[in-house]
Amino acid sequence: MATIHLDGKPCAARSGTNLLQACLEAGADLPYFCWHPELGSVGACRQCAVRQFSGPEDKTGRIVMACMTPVTDGALLSINDAEAREFRENVIEWMMVNHPHDCPVCEEGGECHLQDMTAMTGHNKRRYRFTKRTHTSQNLGPFVKHEMNRCIACYRCVRFYHDYAGGEDLAVFASHDNVYFGRATDGTLENAFSGNLAEICPTGVFTDKPFSAAYSRKWDLSGAPSVCVHCATGCNIIVNARQDTVRRVLNRYNGEVNRYALCDLGRFGYGFVNAPTRIRAPLRVISEQQTPIPAQDALTRFARMAADGPVIGIGSSRASLETNFSLRALVGPDRFSTGQTRQEQTCTDCALSLLRAHPGAIPTLHDMESADAVLVLGEDVSATAPRLGLALRQSVRQPSFHAADAAKVPRWMDAAVRTLGAECPSALFIATPAPTELDSIARETVRTAPDNIARLGFAIAHRINPAAPPVPDMPDTDAAQADRIAATLVAAGKPLIVSGMQYGSPALMQAAASIASALATQNPAAGLSLVLPDCNSMGLTILGGLTLEDVLEKAATGEIATLVIAENDLSRRLDPSSLTKLKNDVPNIVLIDHTLTPLSRDAALVLPATPFTECTGTLVSQEGRIQRFFPAITPAAPVQAAWRWVRMLAEQISTNDETLPDRNPATDLRTWTRVDDVTAALSRACPALAEAINAAPNADYRADNQKIRSEPARASGRTVIRSHISVRDQPPPQNPDTPFSNSMEGAYSPDLPAALIPFFQVPSWNSGQSLTRFQQEIGGAMRGGDPGIRLFATPSDSPPEPPRTPDIPAAFTPRDDEMLLLPEGRLFGPEELSALSPSVAARSAADAPTLSLPAGTPYPPRMTLHLSDGPHDLATRPVTNLPDGIALCPPHMVMRAFAFPRTARLSPVTSAAAVTPGYAAPGHATPVTPSPLTPAPVTPIPVTPASGPTASVTPRRDRP
Amino acid sequence: MSGTLRTLFLTFLHAFRRRETVQYPEEKPYLPPRYRGRIILSRDPDGEERCVSCNLCAVACPVDCISLQKAETEGRWYPEYFRINFSRCIFCGFCEEACPTYAIQLTPDFEMSEYSRPNLVYEKEDLLISGTGKYPDYNFYRVAGVPVPGKERGESEHERPPVDLHSLLP
Amino acid sequence: MTQPPLLTIILTPLLILALATLLTWVERRLLGLWQDRYGPNRVGPGGLFQAVADGIKLLFKQDWIPPFADKAVFILAPAIGMMTVMLSFAVIPVTARQSIADHLNVGLLFVLAMMSLGVYAVVLAGWASNSKYALLGGMRAAAQMISYEVFMGLSLLGVVMITGSFSLHDIVTAQSGLWFIIPQCAGFVVFLLAGIAETHRLPFDLPEGENELGAGFHTEYSGMKFGMFFLAEYAGIILVSALVTTLYLGGWQGPLLPPVLWFALKTGALVAFFILLRAALPRPRYDQLMALGWKVLLPVSLLNIAATGTVLMLHAPG
Repeated sequence: MATIHLDGKPCAARSGTNLLQACLEAGADLPYFCWHPELGSVGACRQCAVRQFSGPEDKTGRIVMACMTPVTDGALLSINDAEAREFRENVIEWMMVNHPHDCPVCEEGGECHLQDMTAMTGHNKRRYRFTKRTHTSQNLGPFVKHEMNRCIACYRCVRFYHDYAGGEDLAVFASHDNVYFGRATDGTLENAFSGNLAEICPTGVFTDKPFSAAYSRKWDLSGAPSVCVHCATGCNIIVNARQDTVRRVLNRYNGEVNRYALCDLGRFGYGFVNAPTRIRAPLRVISEQQTPIPAQDALTRFARMAADGPVIGIGSSRASLETNFSLRALVGPDRFSTGQTRQEQTCTDCALSLLRAHPGAIPTLHDMESADAVLVLGEDVSATAPRLGLALRQSVRQPSFHAADAAKVPRWMDAAVRTLGAECPSALFIATPAPTELDSIARETVRTAPDNIARLGFAIAHRINPAAPPVPDMPDTDAAQADRIAATLVAAGKPLIVSGMQYGSPALMQAAASIASALATQNPAAGLSLVLPDCNSMGLTILGGLTLEDVLEKAATGEIATLVIAENDLSRRLDPSSLTKLKNDVPNIVLIDHTLTPLSRDAALVLPATPFTECTGTLVSQEGRIQRFFPAITPAAPVQAAWRWVRMLAEQISTNDETLPDRNPATDLRTWTRVDDVTAALSRACPALAEAINAAPNADYRADNQKIRSEPARASGRTVIRSHISVRDQPPPQNPDTPFSNSMEGAYSPDLPAALIPFFQVPSWNSGQSLTRFQQEIGGAMRGGDPGIRLFATPSDSPPEPPRTPDIPAAFTPRDDEMLLLPEGRLFGPEELSALSPSVAARSAADAPTLSLPAGTPYPPRMTLHLSDGPHDLATRPVTNLPDGIALCPPHMVMRAFAFPRTARLSPVTSAAAVTPGYAAPGHATPVTPSPLTPAPVTPIPVTPASGPTASVTPRRDRP
Repeated sequence: MSGTLRTLFLTFLHAFRRRETVQYPEEKPYLPPRYRGRIILSRDPDGEERCVSCNLCAVACPVDCISLQKAETEGRWYPEYFRINFSRCIFCGFCEEACPTYAIQLTPDFEMSEYSRPNLVYEKEDLLISGTGKYPDYNFYRVAGVPVPGKERGESEHERPPVDLHSLLP
Repeated sequence: MTQPPLLTIILTPLLILALATLLTWVERRLLGLWQDRYGPNRVGPGGLFQAVADGIKLLFKQDWIPPFADKAVFILAPAIGMMTVMLSFAVIPVTARQSIADHLNVGLLFVLAMMSLGVYAVVLAGWASNSKYALLGGMRAAAQMISYEVFMGLSLLGVVMITGSFSLHDIVTAQSGLWFIIPQCAGFVVFLLAGIAETHRLPFDLPEGENELGAGFHTEYSGMKFGMFFLAEYAGIILVSALVTTLYLGGWQGPLLPPVLWFALKTGALVAFFILLRAALPRPRYDQLMALGWKVLLPVSLLNIAATGTVLMLHAPG
């Protein structure tokens, strides 16, 4: 630590940082634009001028840019110096010369860094009397709105989009006063992190387009700390709501996970919670139509169903721990299914045991950013865990940081470090069947089939640790490649192996784990990260249960009278024929879900649950981080959290069914009254998740003896917002599941526990830049500690199991008659819930599903893909370097139930096949009902019976 | 003592002064244009709604009796609904002061009593008048640098035409 | 002593009530007059029926007793206030003939006794309300009224000494030559001030002190119980005015006009003076009020007695 003197006051400052950071950490208000904690300093805006004195005798000093000046011990600074103030005021006056007079119609207004900084510098009178320069704006697609006139040329957008996130389609054009930040032509921003521009841009050039359509000022939005549910990474988000609709999702800084950036899926995928596909009332089939019925009626019906015989519960990897656990408590552990197919469950179980047994580190996303050699083994992380991909992209910069350290250039000196980095070799190796977005920054890419990738992995492990089994029949080129990769990994200080279950192959994960543990014998920093598919895949795996195949078997033998399915659309997991058989075998299907799915059409009873924006719940991310999300909206009856429905169901059967397992009083769900009771019961019942109760403070948390306010103090319209319904004032809704007050009344301070921060705002910092005041040190942990509790943070103390000799798969050989069908790495569309979000649907609709085929062989422009639900006529797309015998298609978008890998036959398009329904846009693929209360019969997902003698679909193997 | 007596005497003399009271329903007083009475939403000189739904009136309102929702057509912001609960309004005029477009104005009309409180909830159709109110000439969109129907980019007051990015001229 | 007609006994309280009611309107009109406005002028001719409207309003208001109050005493207090004032009127000689008991030989003592009892109304109301503002008001009223009681009585001694009788009739007749306001000017001033304090009228209305005590002892009262305090206060104004007329201004006596009219004129002028006080003067601080009583009025009234006695002794026959 160094000491700097700010206007005569000594302040502690971290050495190695710059003066701007030091001033901000000392609590001083020093305006800035171009500096960003994650992007470093470039000195472009000239806003953070301060006067620095060379010593106590120096009375004149000199003006320096704080962001470009390193902290030195004993530095003497003056922020309040008259000349420095005038300098800053003049700089902002220049910036405002061309700024349009449009704050009232700007989405940034009220949370605008430029507004804050203008007020901070004291510039309040416009002296410029000449004409303003204007720019045309561009249509940048469904996510981001562009209004170039507001630009102050701080360069943050391109530095984030191009330098940080690797986007190629946003750049700076023109020169001098005319610089323009945009695309070469109008068009959708391609990068998966484009939404962050809205938060990165200090003014309103880039704004959130879906939010603009349902706009509300920041001061009116109630916030809820939440966790993204669209992949297993577990990024922290803030859900903003007003008038019972979710308006937007913002990034919520978690120093160890998502930090400053959120992918577009997480930022714009929330739309399903406002969609007409939401279920708002209990439904049951009356004359072949799902018809709303009173809740009590539904419960009575369930009581009759439960009297029929055994009840089986199916949970879901997209539902919270509380939902899954309550269902398990209702039916008993022996009758609880995780709702995953056997193949999925094998993979997730494998991932869990590998992570538990890993002797090295299980890195957080932030740890991954500092890995200096990375091997991605058979996972397109940009599609399955985009934020992880972004972290890997940062890891490539490690060599340039080392070079900078050697050259004595501070790491935050962005331009210099990037110049040095241009010479530094990347240490990222990617082995995937299909090209990925990270290929461009990888040192080597390996394009081959998943089995061969696994073989390569085992070969690398054997090179590092000869105790690992050798791989037979390795070609020399591959062996040489394995040598090179192994050498780099061994030489690295912090190597990282990333794999996952995208290709449904446990062998890949085992190969990754054997490399990581081989490295860990020499280097305890060797990390292993395994990507899982859904937001609570990890939690559900720890909880455990039957597979869907087990349920099918039970159903076939008539052991199931009633099936209670919580938030799981089985049609995405089971082939149409299996699903039909299940429906025929089980007399009663009860579905608890928040969104209408194809499955809900056939359910005898549909109960309206809450999505993540309306209830409290706990999720476990793929890195084993237990995190809690809180509701932004208090749901109106009869919609309620899924576990409350389960509890009501329990009351129906507790009296009249003796076949149920003995009830443990500790987990008796009839005693649960609020979500904390469920979590507490879960913690007691499941030792592996004992920490779940501590993931965040519970609903009894009080700051200064008050609840936490979820709205800023200046939220408007309290006495009028519902006066068109009733002019009487009503108290804000009380929610027993949160410590939030649902109003502007309550406690709020930067010192709140980080898991409970509903919005970021401090006096005179109204934009998201106020985050610096909530951190212990800029870019470090939150003042209340980073949210979440890690499960595998420390390597397990138990002696590692003797390494089971992994099944090294045989090399892949292309077949003439059939292609190996693998999932295409596609971010927008395949994910179930976000596909219902209008903005994501618009984004993915522009990109119709295609069949990707190796570019080497000529294929006709359209071909027919024969799957178990019939032939699909698809456009083909040649992909360079795709190995022979492999075809790619986007998961769930061609055939709803789609498990990879599988083999499929291709045939040229015939007129007969051309009539089969092909792709339907996700927005239409699921039922869109005219009114949430009277859902029309659910439009079936196109299901054509497998016809023709050639329709052969063979799961390639049942188990690994 | 003498002061007290003097006060008594002076007060007594007021019996012979003219009364200040205006006999209101029969005799209407003159109210200046800036009197703070019933709130209206005005239109700009081109007959379009002036309100751009910036929410500043709502946030300025000390009793939180204004609520509105932004909507947009072709770049022009307008309120989808605009609601004032006059049973809460204290006629402080902060909303008018906060309004950047002169849309919300207080008028000299104060005769708005109702027997039932719900009738005091005014919606946009109750508030919107067809004139410009106190400010006949101001049109926000002529000044603001956003394009709206009828005014392309670079056509606002004090604006140059958009920059040609392909030009190499300095 | 002749028995008064039953009609008089029945009519007098009704008349007093009617006058007190009317006085509420008169006061507001006069205040309006002195404050350059109109006052209530909408209900009936010149707003005359405003008092009736207010009465109806009070009658129909919810007669609410706070749950924390001492119910019996709470109800009793306004009744005491009303009763003591009404009873005092029994001994007031309106004219030589129109009166109920003007020949009562302890008439003046009776009036003083009734006025003293009036303290109970205020104190009990304040106590029974069980609310801090009411209690503070009641305490102030008790202290103020008991203090001023002392020199009110003392100031009257001069009159009694000159007349040699406690009978109000005798006192009036004794003024046929010279009104007592001339020889007893000091007593007059002291009695007038004490009368204002006794009726806790402005500027001595500290027991009610709106700005610091809500409404003082009757904070918790509503409906007609509040109305009774209200009427008792106005009846008290009439009573004090009538007493001053009787004791110092020669009662019904006067040239040309009939005696009833003389009495009404003198009383009315005093009532108007009471209202003028309200229109003109601010309220003193509580300690100033007490200081005025004990440090100024008490010595003055004692001096007055001494002076009167000395003069009487010097002029005494024999």
